[in-house]
Amino acid sequence: MARHTDLRRFTGFRGLTILCLVLLYAPLVIVAVYSFNDSASITRWGGFSGKWYVDVFTGPESPKFRQAAVNSFVIAIGAATCATIIATAAAVAMHRTGRFRGKGASIALINLPLMVPEIVTAVASLIFFITIGFTTGLLTIFIAHLVFCIPFAYLPISARMQSVPDMYEQAAMDLYATPWEAFRLVLLPLMIPGILSGFLLAFIISLDDFLITNFVKGAGIETLPTAIFGSVKQGIKPNIMAISTLLLGVSVVFVTLSWLIGRAGQSRT
Amino acid sequence: MAGAAPQGASRSEVYRGNGPRLMLPTWVFIGIFLVLPVGLMAIYSFLTKEFRGGVIWEFTWAAYDQFFLDRGLFGDEPPSIEWTYIGIFWRSIWQAGLATVLCLLIGFPTAWFIATREASARPVWLFLVTIPYWVNLLIRTVSMKFLIRDNGPLNEFLLWTGVISDPLSLINTNFAVQLGLFYSYLPFMVLPIYSAVERYDFALSEAAADLYSDNWTTLRLVILPVVKPGIVAGCILVFVPSLGAFLAPDLLGGAKTFMIGSLIEEQFKGAAGNWPFGAAAAMILLSIVMAVLLLHARAQSKEAS
Repeated sequence: MARHTDLRRFTGFRGLTILCLVLLYAPLVIVAVYSFNDSASITRWGGFSGKWYVDVFTGPESPKFRQAAVNSFVIAIGAATCATIIATAAAVAMHRTGRFRGKGASIALINLPLMVPEIVTAVASLIFFITIGFTTGLLTIFIAHLVFCIPFAYLPISARMQSVPDMYEQAAMDLYATPWEAFRLVLLPLMIPGILSGFLLAFIISLDDFLITNFVKGAGIETLPTAIFGSVKQGIKPNIMAISTLLLGVSVVFVTLSWLIGRAGQSRT
Repeated sequence: MAGAAPQGASRSEVYRGNGPRLMLPTWVFIGIFLVLPVGLMAIYSFLTKEFRGGVIWEFTWAAYDQFFLDRGLFGDEPPSIEWTYIGIFWRSIWQAGLATVLCLLIGFPTAWFIATREASARPVWLFLVTIPYWVNLLIRTVSMKFLIRDNGPLNEFLLWTGVISDPLSLINTNFAVQLGLFYSYLPFMVLPIYSAVERYDFALSEAAADLYSDNWTTLRLVILPVVKPGIVAGCILVFVPSLGAFLAPDLLGGAKTFMIGSLIEEQFKGAAGNWPFGAAAAMILLSIVMAVLLLHARAQSKEAS
């Protein structure tokens, strides 16, 4: 049936979409471009150069940022790994065990870290650690990150588990597999794309966090975001733009990986 | 949406009886390290402040009193309403509300445009909108600061084109904070609206067109009411984090653009630290957010029944 007007088309929507993408990307692209500026002043363009990237790894501030990067990655890997395991167990409980007491409350609990404003979580965590006498440091950052990583790991894992029918596990158990064997040998391999996506998202979320980390980190311990924040407070320097561009690259690579894995997983079922 | 299974619940019972055991780690970690701390924070808001941070375990209303009431410089005048902190909350609500409206104005057309592409092209468009969301918020805010500085690329560009003759002073203004909030949370608006539009049945638009409705009238009278749940979800996802935002007001704003996030942070980090007052301000923020979420949940369940 031919119509005179396309029902899906609204004048200006394409333009606004382009505007939306330009707004989202322009600041990032400009900082990435200026990170290759040869000039020591961040204002004037002095020609193309990779010297600020060299400065990031060998310059006077490099030991500080290297330590911060190590802290960030250790915490992100640890928190994302633990959050993924906890979230996988939670997803099995939600989708494979029928009804149990507290199931409804459990959904709310998993989503709670997404609902409480970050600044509130930060304040509450600081108060809690101080009150129970924990010395703030790497361990407190790790615990705080683990908590808010759980819902981010849970989302893709849960979505994936819903799309995997349980007939394979049923078949395995008909053939005398124990529940643990059915999970480990049948469900887990089918879940790999969801689990990887969940891990990668949790990893990025942990790597990203500034506010909560800033509250629970304790004196002298920095992650990349808190180190960058401290430096930016004294003005934006070219080496900060180089570090930011590197971190931006890491995020883009991980999100793209997570996305591709998710798509590959979808097309296989 | 009639007949849809309850959220996140599926029927399978392969591992029946193991539910509580598998859920235990979640309960332990979120329970001990989030629910308990928030409860403790509520208690702290009623304790006496210790100078240089910390608290004395003596019950008092002092924090809430200081928030809402003005008792003069020496605390001996008859109480009147203290507008300083209410004003900061009001500015935060106003800024978060404006950011929500602006995000909606750009986010809805974007979501619509993406959802009406070919099915194979949609994931790519969507991915383009999602990437900035996963890029470090601090880096995005710093980038915005770099862009709009007095002698930053935006001013250079505008001077070069001759649109302006003197650099615009944007940093430290409410406008800069607004730009930062809008920029930070724009992707949150697009995603839920997109999934609502994707489920929209275009037979409704056909029916409206058969009855001589033009596209814009159909948008107003048919499409918007149908995709409203997605719009409301997007608005909440932008409003809630904007309200408690710290980075945008702190890096792009100044003393005159103070928002809740900075007020709370200052109580725990600054020299003038007052933990019970910070805890009280955080409790008030949390109450506002929970009220918004509860209203939303109630409206949803009412619509479902």
